[in-house]
Amino acid sequence: MPERLLEVRALDARYGDFQALFGVSMDVADGEVVAVIGANGAGKSTLLKCIAGAMRAQRDAIVFAGRSIGGLPAHDVVALGIALVPEGRRLFPSLTVEENLLIGGQLGRRGPWSLTRVYDLFPILAERAKQPSMSLSGGQQQMVAIGRALMSNPKLLLCDEISLGLAPIVIRDIYARLPAIVAEGISLMIVEQDIVQALRVGNHVYCLQEGRVALAGEARTMTREKIAAAYFGV
Amino acid sequence: MPICTQNVGRVMEWLNTILQGVLLGGLYAMFAAGLSLIFGVMRLVNIAHGDLIVLAAYIALVTVETLGINPLTSLVIVVPVMAAIGYVLQRGLLNRTLGDDLLPPLLVTFGLSVIIQNALLEFFTADSRKLNAGQVEIASIHIGGGLAVGVLPLIQFALAVAVIAALQWLFYRTALGRAFRATSDDQPVAQLMGLNNSHVFALAMALSLAIVAVAGVLLAVRANFDPSIGPARLIFGFEAVIIGGLGSMWGTLAGGVIIGVAQAIGAKLDPGWNLLAGHIAFLLVLALRPEGLFPKVQG
Repeated sequence: MPERLLEVRALDARYGDFQALFGVSMDVADGEVVAVIGANGAGKSTLLKCIAGAMRAQRDAIVFAGRSIGGLPAHDVVALGIALVPEGRRLFPSLTVEENLLIGGQLGRRGPWSLTRVYDLFPILAERAKQPSMSLSGGQQQMVAIGRALMSNPKLLLCDEISLGLAPIVIRDIYARLPAIVAEGISLMIVEQDIVQALRVGNHVYCLQEGRVALAGEARTMTREKIAAAYFGV
Repeated sequence: MPICTQNVGRVMEWLNTILQGVLLGGLYAMFAAGLSLIFGVMRLVNIAHGDLIVLAAYIALVTVETLGINPLTSLVIVVPVMAAIGYVLQRGLLNRTLGDDLLPPLLVTFGLSVIIQNALLEFFTADSRKLNAGQVEIASIHIGGGLAVGVLPLIQFALAVAVIAALQWLFYRTALGRAFRATSDDQPVAQLMGLNNSHVFALAMALSLAIVAVAGVLLAVRANFDPSIGPARLIFGFEAVIIGGLGSMWGTLAGGVIIGVAQAIGAKLDPGWNLLAGHIAFLLVLALRPEGLFPKVQG
């Protein structure tokens, strides 16, 4: 069994009085792709935010490469090698495409990813490098968001709903580039509402339902019935 | 013939007035640049900005009196000292006030303004002070037609243009400027990219107060100052920022120049109209073009 890169142990998370996660536990192994599925409001984005340091978490609830990192501020977490592609892309509107990528790379972590490599992965971005980031199409913006996260040379890449608001053909196009990212030794944790896409790309699947893990297992053992039951709680 | 000469004389007088106004505008632009910078990066309205200018003037005064150096040379000390004060002030105090609400930083910097004024009053009394830059203060260059510009105002204006140009370059050509713009756009995501907002904000405040230091020394060389004149400098700074359009550095320079020229013309018509004319120019721009003359083009 490959080594564990990330362990989430009994993670609770709350927004004020509202508790969004109840004792969530999961593992991501080195070089593995983990898909997290679930309905709206199941706590998927909250989970990613806790891991990335954008939300408060108990210190021991998140262990990365053998180190407890729960509650560390986001800028320290990314320095350790966890990058988040945020939901809705969230590019910096006043920066050009290339400047967005450079912001991602400003920590100077060593690794395979550089402007050149990101442009190899998404050639269209090289053509658009000097354009304002918001002048690009939704799919191209998503490529910038992924490239920006890769520029920090993470060991673990968290992707929050990268299919959101994109046409099916564009989604397929973007998902087709993910194996090239995994081939560089990066583990992926992908949050998706698109179950078909999630099952196709993930080795392991976790299904969240109302802040709890309702189903976990290898992607190839999942059946439509099991997922439906875990997804809707019926 | 005598009438004609008189007319020429009058035209030259007006030209002179406008020229002096333009040069004064450089100083106002410098008051404004630091204010505009921190509002742009962290949406903080620094009510103590004017008092920090006066503080810089007093630090220059102490430096000049202790070391016996020229005020313009004292910039070598005053600029880094003010920058350090800015960094510590932001990290130690102002960062704690930032959030979704604009009010806490406004109140805290207002309090800071009161504290600085009273501390200066305690240490330096209410006496008017001035820095003496020596020969350069009375030197002038004749530019023909009986017009002459003072070397000192010219240096001040050149410094203002240099500061604005340097800021523009820093914002759009350097990694630090990129970090400023990214943080200004989206703080949480900037943090996810490894930017420590507290540090970025503190650097912005350090830069702002470095500019304040230059402005403070120039102010102190140009005119008398005492602990109470800060708030009026703040108003000129605000007006220049708003006339120029938020977020536009060159607009800020234009805003400063417009206020300077309006004040000079006002003073020429009637000495009592000096300040009033500047405020009227500001109100006119606000009424006719509330977004400012050169608003930053988004996207």
